Amino acid sequence: MYTQALNQQPESAPREADNAEAAARFQARIDAEERIEANDWMPEAYRRTLTRQISQHAHSEIVGMLPEGNWITRAPSLRRKAALLAKVQDECGHGLYLYAAAETLGTSREELVDQLLSGRAKYSSIFNYPTLTWADMGAIGWLVDGAAIMNQIPLCRCSYGPYARAMIRVCKEESFHQRQGYEIMLTLCRGNAEQKAMAQDALNRFWWPCLMMFGPPDTQSQHSDMSMRWKIKRFSNDELRQKFINATVPQAEILGLTLPDPELKQIDGVWHHGPIDWDEFHRVIAGGGPCNRERLAARRRAHDEGAWVREAAAAFAAKRAPKNQTEKQAA
Amino acid sequence: MPAASPLLRYVLRRADDALILGHRLSEWCGHAPMMEEDMALANMGLDLLGQARALYTYAGEVEGVGRNEDDFAYRRIERDYENLLLTEQPNGDFAHTMLRQFLYAAFAYPYWQAMMTSPDATLAAIAAKSEKEMAYHLRHSAEWMLRLGDGTAESHRRLAAALEILWPTTGELFTTDEGEQALIAQAIATDPESVRPQWTATVTQTLTQATIEIPAKAWMHTGGRQGRHSEAFGHLLTELQYVQRLIPNATW
Ligand SMILES: [Fe+2]
Ligand SMILES: [Fe+2]
Repeated sequence: MYTQALNQQPESAPREADNAEAAARFQARIDAEERIEANDWMPEAYRRTLTRQISQHAHSEIVGMLPEGNWITRAPSLRRKAALLAKVQDECGHGLYLYAAAETLGTSREELVDQLLSGRAKYSSIFNYPTLTWADMGAIGWLVDGAAIMNQIPLCRCSYGPYARAMIRVCKEESFHQRQGYEIMLTLCRGNAEQKAMAQDALNRFWWPCLMMFGPPDTQSQHSDMSMRWKIKRFSNDELRQKFINATVPQAEILGLTLPDPELKQIDGVWHHGPIDWDEFHRVIAGGGPCNRERLAARRRAHDEGAWVREAAAAFAAKRAPKNQTEKQAA
Repeated sequence: MPAASPLLRYVLRRADDALILGHRLSEWCGHAPMMEEDMALANMGLDLLGQARALYTYAGEVEGVGRNEDDFAYRRIERDYENLLLTEQPNGDFAHTMLRQFLYAAFAYPYWQAMMTSPDATLAAIAAKSEKEMAYHLRHSAEWMLRLGDGTAESHRRLAAALEILWPTTGELFTTDEGEQALIAQAIATDPESVRPQWTATVTQTLTQATIEIPAKAWMHTGGRQGRHSEAFGHLLTELQYVQRLIPNATW
């Protein structure tokens, strides 16, 4: 209800033109590292950019439940099963707080979910790769949650307060997931030859898609300049990718695994990696990844098959609504 | 291996109930009708997995030959599992899953509550934790009984259809065998018959309020407690045990 009311706000774009002064004040607040809150004045482009980014992030958490959910029933020990179920549940929780943060900007969760289901909204490319063996649970925790942390730690200082606060909570859990994933890898790498081969194979398949998680190289990135000025983003895609490689290389060494990039080397503190297949990245983002169809189909199926449940809950709530409230509304 | 003692068999049966029902709930993860229910189903699944782990660990102690929780969960065959048929029933639709949870929790909540006074300190401790968890499962599933039964025509129809299917598996909740009778006589275990009045009252009151009619006299299926399962159960175990069977004797 609350968000629907917000949705009906008139577009504030025309007002913005008269409001160069407000825009200047807004930028001054950003420059002074003040947090922008939901009811503060903000340029429409800032609102749109954040709504897009936060909702894409929320969609990624929710779609991200699927590849790992694929292994809950097959987890190889009760401890792993419980940890994986709890992890995937955490991701659902992240999706919930992120949708709530996006709603503060005036678009309802229903509308945002509808954008995902209709294919209009994007989510992280990484979740369009299949999880083929148990080792993928290790690789995803270690690398995908690891990459998510690199992206999200700076977002804890994002200029938009509700997003920054959601990220603080999320990051704590992501780092726990990362350690848990690494520990799965470590156990496999200390195990028998088959287990170690499984771990290496998972790394081989997830390494390049993980590097793509940081987005196109700085020379090709579309949204970065304004996001930097608004302090939504604090580091460029390439800077974050560097941090990630820097953190991951020694971890792979401890595991005794080989990163699948013969060209990877550090020169004067900068990691040089082999060419990333950006065609693959763009194809996956545009819907042509190995699992795009399955992921969206699974979300749509859950939504469609759950429709009668949501309708029942709404019908029941309406029947039980206190009589006098209905009378008041009628009056 | 020598025949299982009554206590070992008792503990394993309860562990199997919790594991199998928890496993079924975990199958929903990522596919629930709303995100809040994804959270709730995972919570209930995690509670049950926790109960299973505590009970299997205790079974290992009782048996005393060094088997751990995973040996019980991953290295037994179908016929060695003695969970209730109710707990292994496939998820079906959301009405089916919630009804299964309701019928189980309406039993398990008072059952574990009674078990809190067992002179077996481990069982009493597991009971104290499980009782709190099952109280939540009962509350959550009972709320859904009302919403679905008294929601729309479709939800009513689906819940009523689920009850037709699940009802005949509820008689087994109250069964015991000679070994369990001996434990009951020593007050180590609670007689499930003793919680029948409370179960019947909870189920009757809730479903009546939900405008769902309870089936009249029906045949009751048994067999789970003797390791005679539904065909679906073998498929569940196949999935659950896959990795352990694929690469045996490894550490995971
Ligand atoms: Fe997450
Ligand atoms: Fe995570």
